[in-house]
Amino acid sequence: MGGGHAHPLYRDGDSPVHRLPAEVKIVGLVLFVLAVVATPRELFWPFGIYALILIATWWVARIPLLWMLPRMLIEAPFVVLALLLPFAEGGERVGVAGLQLSVSGLYAAWGIVIKGTLGVAASLTVASTTTARELPVALSRLRVPAVFVSVLTLMIRYIDVLTAEARRMRKARISLVGSPLMLHQGGATAKGVGSLFLRSYERGERVYLAMLSRGFDGRVPQLAVGAGCAAPASARQWLLALLPASAAVLVAAGSWVLR
Amino acid sequence: MDGIDLDIAPGERVALLGPNGAGKTTLMLHLNGVLTASEGTIEIGGTALSRNTLRDIRRRVGLMFQDPDDQLFMPTLAQDVAFGPANFGVQGAELEARVARALAVVSMAELATRSPAHMSGGQRRRAALATVLACEPDVLVLDEPSANLDPVARRELAQTLLDLDATMLIVTHDLPYAAQLCDRAIVMDGGVIVADGSVADVLSDAELLADHRLELPWGFTVHS
Repeated sequence: MGGGHAHPLYRDGDSPVHRLPAEVKIVGLVLFVLAVVATPRELFWPFGIYALILIATWWVARIPLLWMLPRMLIEAPFVVLALLLPFAEGGERVGVAGLQLSVSGLYAAWGIVIKGTLGVAASLTVASTTTARELPVALSRLRVPAVFVSVLTLMIRYIDVLTAEARRMRKARISLVGSPLMLHQGGATAKGVGSLFLRSYERGERVYLAMLSRGFDGRVPQLAVGAGCAAPASARQWLLALLPASAAVLVAAGSWVLR
Repeated sequence: MDGIDLDIAPGERVALLGPNGAGKTTLMLHLNGVLTASEGTIEIGGTALSRNTLRDIRRRVGLMFQDPDDQLFMPTLAQDVAFGPANFGVQGAELEARVARALAVVSMAELATRSPAHMSGGQRRRAALATVLACEPDVLVLDEPSANLDPVARRELAQTLLDLDATMLIVTHDLPYAAQLCDRAIVMDGGVIVADGSVADVLSDAELLADHRLELPWGFTVHS
């Protein structure tokens, strides 16, 4: 995939992290996130170490901090809720800059923000070094059932087609009625969503007919042509790729022992 | 559809013409058993279409749909081209050879590892043709092959199609394209066949064309 066409979360490159087969990155990501989530939120130091692990990974993957940080804003809507907690929660109170804040609420907010941020950062690390077309092969190597893999494959393929269709409909609407953000056009927007659903549904049927016509019988065939996909991971690659995740698991275990 | 009685010889290239809603696409979907007729039979190369022969018929009849996006659903072009033959049991080196051959026919070998999502309209059309050719069909059924193509892509596709040996049924509104590619033309309207003859005869019959909402574009004439 050329850089210009790729997903905005993908950063073209040839670092050791980019070259790793996607399945090890997925396993590493899941382990890392589990370790972060399992860490008690009353402690602060383990989260600092997690952040260092991620920054080290970015350094190896040659992803600049300034590229990563703006993309982490996806998280913002979820953090808003966490900011309310210190005000909403009950229990012991503490005065901060003239505000009376709940102590348990502060801990809860901290826990959500830091664990969320680390989770998003770790996911972005995988997303920025893995192309979408590697995912289906990786998931089937991880023994994910074929039905899920084919649903995912079709989703990856058609999300662009649907976005393009939605964009065309939006343009058509704007050229008819002006700004789509105005309230009285809510009805038109809602109808647009409805007809997009119908069009997608019809497309789904046509794709299915096209698949039937080429001998599809419900099973996605094993394609020998894994064009553009890395070979299955070797033992050494597994070991290397799981280093950050294993470090995180050690930190999580340590935090429970030392607390 | 009613009383469709059609006989196409091996190697023949036939244009199926008719206005919107004439039943052209419906007829096309009957040819490989995606739709089944309530009455009547379909025979491909001496094999009657039935539940038992469905798989064999689908291998021998390749359908190219109007919207290439409906036919290209895998992450890479090579995987899309491999999808058909892999379903029909082709594996390993033979599968790779099939994919390479089909891509070579449509001159797209160098795009094998690219995603079809990022190709031009003409490339996607030829890619869709490759996915069908990889199954090595005896009969090719093409639905509006020239739709949405720019003039160059249209000419390139015509050249590719003229080089193929398969029996061809081309469903189209594009009468000059039909004249260029086919020897015989069939006009369908309201679910029945209303004319069947040489392409030159059918396209030069102005009255017949007008009766069925067909007409040659401005500046074109066909002489019988």
